[in-house]
Amino acid sequence: MIRRSNGPFAPYDRSWQKLSRRRFLKNSALTAGALATTGLGMPFSASAADSMTFLTWCDHMDPRLLGGYEEKTGVKVEAKSYEGSGAALSIKDQSAPGDWDLFCLDFQDTPWVARDGYLKALDDSRVPWDVFHDGIRDQPHAYTDGKLYGVPDKFGYYGIAYNKDKVDEADVKSAEIMFSDKYKGRMAVYDYYQPIIQLVGLSQGIAPKDITVDNLESTIRKPLLKLKSNAIVVGDIVTVLNALHGDSADMIIGGAEWSVALDMVENPSLDYNVFDEGALLWNESLCIFEDSAKEKECWDFIDWTLSPDGQRYLATSECFWACPVRKDTPLTEQEASILRWDQQVAFLQNAYPSTLGAPDLDAAMLDLWQEFLAS
Amino acid sequence: MSTTPTSDRPAGQPGPPRLFRSELTRWASAPTLLWTAIFFAAPLVFMLMVSTWKRYRGKLLPEWSLANYEKIFSKSYLLEGLFNSVEVSLTTALVSALVAYPLAYVLAYQVPARWQRVLLILAVLPFWTSYLVRSYAWSVVLGDNGIINSFLIAVSIIDDPVQLNYRRAATVLGFVHFFTMLLTLTIYANLVQIKSSYRLAAADLGASRFQTFLRITLPLSMPGIMVGVFITFVICMGDFITPQILGGSNELLLPQAIILQINRAADFPMASAMSVLLMLTVTVGYFAMARWLRLDRV
Repeated sequence: MIRRSNGPFAPYDRSWQKLSRRRFLKNSALTAGALATTGLGMPFSASAADSMTFLTWCDHMDPRLLGGYEEKTGVKVEAKSYEGSGAALSIKDQSAPGDWDLFCLDFQDTPWVARDGYLKALDDSRVPWDVFHDGIRDQPHAYTDGKLYGVPDKFGYYGIAYNKDKVDEADVKSAEIMFSDKYKGRMAVYDYYQPIIQLVGLSQGIAPKDITVDNLESTIRKPLLKLKSNAIVVGDIVTVLNALHGDSADMIIGGAEWSVALDMVENPSLDYNVFDEGALLWNESLCIFEDSAKEKECWDFIDWTLSPDGQRYLATSECFWACPVRKDTPLTEQEASILRWDQQVAFLQNAYPSTLGAPDLDAAMLDLWQEFLAS
Repeated sequence: MSTTPTSDRPAGQPGPPRLFRSELTRWASAPTLLWTAIFFAAPLVFMLMVSTWKRYRGKLLPEWSLANYEKIFSKSYLLEGLFNSVEVSLTTALVSALVAYPLAYVLAYQVPARWQRVLLILAVLPFWTSYLVRSYAWSVVLGDNGIINSFLIAVSIIDDPVQLNYRRAATVLGFVHFFTMLLTLTIYANLVQIKSSYRLAAADLGASRFQTFLRITLPLSMPGIMVGVFITFVICMGDFITPQILGGSNELLLPQAIILQINRAADFPMASAMSVLLMLTVTVGYFAMARWLRLDRV
């Protein structure tokens, strides 16, 4: 007699509870087939023709930016955020070749990441350099061995973000504020060794590219440790913002538009500045992984991001704001005011790229930073 | 009839054949051994290997050298970071144990059985929230305009906010909040296993309640305490989030140095060497507590 079952949970049919080897294999095969068909169970549907994977800082995950691209091209973007180039590359290294297509990378990191073989060389002629702000292209790390590996799409500065009600605006003009006893115990320091050490270097008249292992020890170390004695907290962006909002600190050393511009919309007490000694410039750039099979989709995304609308969405991302590289980005009056759009030419003329040093110098800077944290 | 003195089997009842028992044991333990080999032993060996390599221009160079270890021992602030980690972890473990023990004791002996489960659930509720969120929540509470300072100012105990955040005490507080729950569970599980007849016998022999606690309950609950203390110590030793959020990175702890090497410099060899040092320290901690670490008693 054939017994009719009404499914695995039929009240009198307990056969589903008996897990035989054959049943296990059969069910496993069915499950695997279903997962493979639906794309579930894979980290990302990297092989799907209508999708692209994107390893990025959080600002590029703005729904308007990703959604606009998906709407225009029909290609879905599977994006994952990271913090720090080292962390991003460890994600890449732990993935199968071809799993990742597009990569938003700090522009100054493109030389060493490219030399490590992670990135495709890009067609320089496709980039609309003529609409970019002056100074974006002319950075020492823009080309590696004569080739372009990252297309800059957003920039900003490391300087100072502060509470106008607590800090004199005259004081934030000079980098000397970092060493001033007037604000001792009221400073939050952004926990990123390169820009902070470079800012201290600028305060001592040393441009980032002129920092050496020798002057790191002879000229920068002492004021850097003085900065630490003035700081109440050294932390990632959430931690230092928390200190600023919680009144535990009055300023963020290393902060600027990227740290407070978004909050300035609702909190007029917040503001930022770059020091007269020089603005320390940072850039994000879009790169394509060497083993990506989605070069066209990646370029479509780069083109979209560099379009006027894409630039505005990126500049005013819900993660953090900063300046778009396009001079003709259609910012609203409020957005332009907060981003100090009319001052960018002057800022850029006084800007030093936050360049990455040679390996020995980088190691020495990291050592000094650890000493800074321990002091 | 053959019986062994150590067998729990009733006399005369034959057990499974020896061969079958050994085969069964082998197969039953195979998945665990395989899991341990793949996810613990192999990564550990790999980490030991990488710790002797070098990173140069973004690449890992498999050149066998103890340079990373030499560097750690030549930098006083890194060794200080290790000592700071040990101090913070031990302080957290001890304070958590002191807070958790009375709670577990009351739960095990003073609360009616039907309420114990409810109270245990309440005790572990903090585990249900994100570790990160909990740390940031403490940061808000301890801030200059946080609840504590606002209250103290409102009742005129202080005029200006007191700095509660961004110091070691804040880090320890954040840790203790989390690990008290863990220790409560391990100690409670141990306490309920102690037969009440032991305490009754002590009372019959004239021991006071304090003497009974000191000579019977406390010694018998040491495995629970030490297992909880050890787990707390191990987790604290590897944590870098709470020291950064609540401690404000005002002192260097070794896990912070490790994450700095990984996130900022991608220097996995140096990070591996520091991790090996951290593991060795934990191993020393294990041997120091080994006589009490009996999981069958928890």
